Amino acid sequence: MDINTITAVRRPRERAELWPFCEGDAWLGGGTWLFSEPQPKLSRLVDLSDLGWQPLVASDAGLSIAATCKVATLDAFEPPVAWPAARLIGTCCRSFLASFKIWNMATVGGNLCMSLPAGPMISLTAALDGVCTIWSPDGSERRVPVVDFVKGPLSNDLRPGEILRSISLPWQALARRTAFRRASLTPLGRSGVLLIGTLASRGEFVLTVTASTRRPVRLAFAALPGERELVRRLEAEIPEALYYDDIHGLPDWRRHMTHVFAEEIRLELGGRP
Amino acid sequence: MTYLVNGVEHGATPRPGQCLRTFLRDLGCFGVKKGCDAGDCGACTVHLDGRPVHSCLVPAFRAEGLEVTTIEGLGSPDDLHPVQQSFLDAQGFQCGFCTAGAIMTAAALDQAQRRDLPAALKGNLCRCTGYRAIADAIEGVKHVERVGAGEACGRNLAAPAGPGVVTGRVRYTMDVAPVGDLAGLTHMKILRAPHPSARIVSIDARAALALPGVVAVLTHEDAPDRYFSTARHEMYTDDPDDTLVLDPIVRHIGQRVAAVIAESEGIAEAGCKLIAVEYELLPAVFDPEDALKPGAHVVHDKPLSSRIANPQRNIVAELHGHLGDVEAGFAEADAIHEGTYHIQRVQHAHLETHGAIGWLDGDGRLNMRTSTQVPFLTRDALCALFDLPQDKIRVFAERVGGGFGGKQEMITEDIVALAVFKTGRPVKLEYTRMEQFSASTSRHPMKITVKVGAKKDGRLTAISMRMLSNTGAYGNHGPGVMYHGSGECIALYRCPNKKVDSVAIYTNEMPSGAFRGYGLSQSNFAIESAMDEVARQIGMDPIAFRRINVVVPGDPMTAADDGPHDVEYGSYGLDQCLDRVEAALCKGPHPDLSDDWLIGRGIAAGMIDTIPPRGHRAESRVTLLPDGTYELKTGTAEFGNGTTTVHGQIVASLLGTTLSHVRIKQSDTDHISHDTGAFGSTGTVVAGSATREAAEDLAGMLLDFAASFAGARRSACKLGEGVVIAAGQSIPLAKLAQAAALAGVKLSGQGRSGGTPRSVAFNVQGFEVAVHRRYGEIRILRSVHAADAGTVMNPMQCRGQVEGGVAQAIGAALYEDLKIDGEGRVTNPTFRGYHIPAFADIPRTEVFFADTYDRIGPLGAKSMSESPYNPVAAALGNAIRDAIGVRLYATPFKADMLYKLAMEVRPAPVSMPADVHEPA
Repeated sequence: MDINTITAVRRPRERAELWPFCEGDAWLGGGTWLFSEPQPKLSRLVDLSDLGWQPLVASDAGLSIAATCKVATLDAFEPPVAWPAARLIGTCCRSFLASFKIWNMATVGGNLCMSLPAGPMISLTAALDGVCTIWSPDGSERRVPVVDFVKGPLSNDLRPGEILRSISLPWQALARRTAFRRASLTPLGRSGVLLIGTLASRGEFVLTVTASTRRPVRLAFAALPGERELVRRLEAEIPEALYYDDIHGLPDWRRHMTHVFAEEIRLELGGRP
Repeated sequence: MTYLVNGVEHGATPRPGQCLRTFLRDLGCFGVKKGCDAGDCGACTVHLDGRPVHSCLVPAFRAEGLEVTTIEGLGSPDDLHPVQQSFLDAQGFQCGFCTAGAIMTAAALDQAQRRDLPAALKGNLCRCTGYRAIADAIEGVKHVERVGAGEACGRNLAAPAGPGVVTGRVRYTMDVAPVGDLAGLTHMKILRAPHPSARIVSIDARAALALPGVVAVLTHEDAPDRYFSTARHEMYTDDPDDTLVLDPIVRHIGQRVAAVIAESEGIAEAGCKLIAVEYELLPAVFDPEDALKPGAHVVHDKPLSSRIANPQRNIVAELHGHLGDVEAGFAEADAIHEGTYHIQRVQHAHLETHGAIGWLDGDGRLNMRTSTQVPFLTRDALCALFDLPQDKIRVFAERVGGGFGGKQEMITEDIVALAVFKTGRPVKLEYTRMEQFSASTSRHPMKITVKVGAKKDGRLTAISMRMLSNTGAYGNHGPGVMYHGSGECIALYRCPNKKVDSVAIYTNEMPSGAFRGYGLSQSNFAIESAMDEVARQIGMDPIAFRRINVVVPGDPMTAADDGPHDVEYGSYGLDQCLDRVEAALCKGPHPDLSDDWLIGRGIAAGMIDTIPPRGHRAESRVTLLPDGTYELKTGTAEFGNGTTTVHGQIVASLLGTTLSHVRIKQSDTDHISHDTGAFGSTGTVVAGSATREAAEDLAGMLLDFAASFAGARRSACKLGEGVVIAAGQSIPLAKLAQAAALAGVKLSGQGRSGGTPRSVAFNVQGFEVAVHRRYGEIRILRSVHAADAGTVMNPMQCRGQVEGGVAQAIGAALYEDLKIDGEGRVTNPTFRGYHIPAFADIPRTEVFFADTYDRIGPLGAKSMSESPYNPVAAALGNAIRDAIGVRLYATPFKADMLYKLAMEVRPAPVSMPADVHEPA
């Protein structure tokens, strides 16, 4: 929709031109959220599309995803065979409520910065030990794991004027086996529960819970746990109040499904039916 | 800056915060539609360098240097893109408002996406079709037939608007450039109340008026001191006069407080923010039971002349009646079910929001271009409101982008008219999707307690129903919905003892209004669930139970009383409907699912009067034009119901021609004198009757005139395509028209219809469902629907009405819930929060038509557009009951509630329980 209060668009071409970032300014990535709701407090857009950030950089270290990388670009990524976990990319893209048309515009960084429980790019990057690189207005930068970056619905670790530059997925995470489970109240609807399990060749098991909780929850195990151990950790680390309550699922259902899916993932990665 | 749109360079510069959608519309690309303006519905889909995007989310400046293709550039009526052609061939649309977006999306799909349409089309919402017709279009299935002269009725003729719809050329209300009469068009934005119940102490609009570009501000001091109802009926006294254009008393969050008229929408928006309003907060009441209690806040302190039944008790209308002795009937019963059913608030969600454009023409006459189902009644309402004669106001509708009852209401026209009179300028008001959700109308939420008793042999002994209908802050349609909801669902059953206690109640929530089914979808859920439960208690198959108890011709059709009425069995096909659904459900295929899935089947039936009560009038005129074609003028509006096609078919059949020789003009108060409107599924049954009469009238005149012209006996004359054949001689109609003009003979037939007597139509829905034991997930395995529509004038279109009704009702049964918080605020006013069915959510419904011919309806036809909606929720609830053994008392049915019930499943009880089932 039109944002009628916008009076100017700034189009920085390099890092130094990103600032000053004033009250009423908004970073314009894909624009798919900004333009989807009334934004009465905004007066200026800072368009990130001329910065020329390379969308995807694959190296021995892993995959670095620019915040401005389009979801469609990420979905089209052809991973090396040594990265079996990269199959989660396509699965998570298909977990968007939005269709492929939105993927042509929406950015990976935008999905993280929205910090909604159902953000599938949060699910993906949290499950693969993603680390955010954040640029600060004073020219410094800092790194924060995705699980800590997203703090709750519409809340994240960005301070005023800061910008998310990229998300790095380490090769170790991309080399793991994975299992994926998702539930929604409608057949292809918004995620109410999204769990990803990863298993390293040396046996470490990580279960990442998103969508059903207010923020991503990462449960790491030195080895695949037994059923009771898994339940114990879920109960210990996800208190009732952390289960999200909105129109896309009641908290008790989200809790129930989290437990059901966690066990299904444990069995799947354990090689049992 | 230059922008390349459909191969043409434009030098225009978008505003900094403008989205591509409005920029393209400013350039005249009116095929780019606004369904949500939030990226959810896909109606605004265009291609940017060949890639499909939602143009409402694209900052317009980003299109600079890219190639933009809109529906207008994809193909033209003379040179259709293959996808446009296939949408025509399959008639993959109804109202057509979402069609441009669907075509632009379909045209961009690759092979893999075409094989997975549920995923590929998840970004395209259609409220009319139920998606089957869209799938057929994309898969290249053809439905449209071409037929010979005089053979149009009963065939799959294409909607005349089709080429315009698939190319984005057809015009809806907002699709007009601000030129000519509209030069200097101003824009209105409405400041809405933040409180559910308050008195406006003062409004200070000085700052807003000082803002450059603000033309005027309207407050309650500007509004006529005259109460009316936004609801539109043939008898205006059907609804209470409880509404003002702008009211100093606020009764719901979202009510109009003031309106700003400005040179642009942006300025109008800014003006609204500058208005200072001081409120005195008043008590509020939200729960209908609370509103009924003595001492509750009185929502409308009005005199009896307002036609509010009991203002001090917040009762807008009530109905209490009985037949026989229900207590004796229950005492006699072997099985009784009593349950309280809750039916939620849902929104129409037609893709085109409410909107109107008003202006004064050279004669000082008010013109109102509006998205309405009722142009004539809206004109009459405006005349009453502003004290003007009918010839001082013209109201007309272009093609309407869906209605479902929501546009049987004067939601925008009153305030636009006020603004036009105040400013003398043309004024446009277009609702946002958020306004649509939170400040228009919805279905009436209801709480219905039903008690049903039956003997072991299946015979009903008593039915009682208590209905509490929440009409919200205003009583528009409150009485009518309550009466209708208390009618046919009970009249469907032959039972000596019946009792009805219905009350429609004011609360401080958004107003409810007319909605597909008009009360019956709510009461059908309660009654048909109860019938299923009683049948189970006595161990009888639910279809067999219906066969024993439903009315058949000769039985009185009664509910709360047995007073005189004008409803007759013009035809009867309910028996066929039950047979067809039973046979289809039995036939298989049997589902192949793991033990995690619990399988169940259920049905529900529905009856509906083919016409609303107390008069529904229509008038049509068919004229031979000088070029030898026919012109049909009819009042009824087209909003995807397909009646334009049907009217054309009637004229073509009776005048022995083809549809291409019939030009249709409609929904304009300048054309004819009166039409009650396109609601209550009357477009075919009532307006079609008038058109039949007009066509027959003209046919007689043509034969008379041709006979004298050719010197032949009248019986030797016959109408053909473009000609009259008189004693073997073929006279072109153009020649006949010329001769008639010379002779001063007007070859123009007229028809009228008064909407009485009325007949009854029937629907039966069946489902087979699976419920996951651990997830609570519901899957619809099969959906079958049988409809008794009398003569099916256009099977392709009628099937579409059934499929669309079933789909919309699946939305209400499984997903949709317009949530209102404890302070009366709608909390989910977007398509992201209010999920209407997408492609993936809707199964294919097998549609069957009963073979009947109605002696009342035109050419044997009956109504069939709102009623398929009604039995769906109960049929689903009954199927889930069959699967998991638990009765569901509230819609929507969602996995996050169901999982608990499904996990506790024991084998379903088949024996007769001794005691009464109480609600869970």
